[in-house]
Amino acid sequence: MCTYLTENFELDGAGKGATGWFTVSQGAVYVDHPYHATHEHTVNIDFTNPSEGPSARVAVELTEESALALVEAIHKTLAAAPPGLASTKR
Amino acid sequence: MSDAIWAGTVGFTGHEQAELEAYLARPLGDRPRGGVVVIHHMPGYDEGTKEIVRRFAAGGYAAVCPNLYSREGAGVSPDDQAAAARAKGGVPDEQLVGDVAGAAAYLNSLDHANGKIGVIGYCSGGRQSFLAACSLQIDAAVDCYGAFVAADPPADFPLKARSLLSRAADLSCPLLGLFGEQDSYPAPSEVGVIETELDKLGKEHEFHIFPDAGHGFFSTDRAAYRPVAAVEGWKKIFAFYGRHLAA
Repeated sequence: MCTYLTENFELDGAGKGATGWFTVSQGAVYVDHPYHATHEHTVNIDFTNPSEGPSARVAVELTEESALALVEAIHKTLAAAPPGLASTKR
Repeated sequence: MSDAIWAGTVGFTGHEQAELEAYLARPLGDRPRGGVVVIHHMPGYDEGTKEIVRRFAAGGYAAVCPNLYSREGAGVSPDDQAAAARAKGGVPDEQLVGDVAGAAAYLNSLDHANGKIGVIGYCSGGRQSFLAACSLQIDAAVDCYGAFVAADPPADFPLKARSLLSRAADLSCPLLGLFGEQDSYPAPSEVGVIETELDKLGKEHEFHIFPDAGHGFFSTDRAAYRPVAAVEGWKKIFAFYGRHLAA
């Protein structure tokens, strides 16, 4: 099914796409048909910068288990690091 | 009969005179032939869809798949175009109809065209195939597991698509529907609603719901691929087009 359900959020960082590094300003997470993965549906995460056009995109297509493992790993890593070390307010 | 084909990227004029990219495959022989507009699935203009286009050419048809996401920028890769189009809620119905009309006119402008046009679409393209056949003069339409033909998307979906059942009276040609019994979108019950409506309207149609198959069973590069349903489905498609797209 084409769900079109999407969580959009602002980002502050950098990503490496097909043409090299760019500033990432937007993120999108959605459960929908993938482009490349062989599953019928995946958790798709796009890191983009719309001001630089559609090619400014880093994309991943993950199974549900992989996506949840990623979330857990992010939480664990941040919890292990000194508080605020990677914060924009630092 | 020669089975040689030509295949490659071409340009054509779509909705509101937009210059769009498309993938064309056609036999090299000089026998009159029908044309097939292949409508790609929601992930976009990909290698799997191009294989489908070549398969129609090998079967004796001139086939073209318009890149429905061409407007997202020339030189942008198809997956990035698809992501950009998705972020806008997909392709508006009016634009799709205009693009299919342009693709059909393009096919009819080619040498050896017999003037007959078929459309076929997969996933979201299945619904769009039905839409095109209710909006344009088409000779044979195939809907491969298109959702939201008989039912609106759930209320919280940002998808702009709406049910097309009220348009069924305008269906201009015979319709072949190929579905999976294990699919939820469309579920067999939704397929039944479409069939009942077409029966009521006296519209020629042929529906098949394959057991042990779900959504995307034609996709050879995905886990959803079901060889039994896909092989049988291809036979039914070529038989259907053979009946309706001959000169």
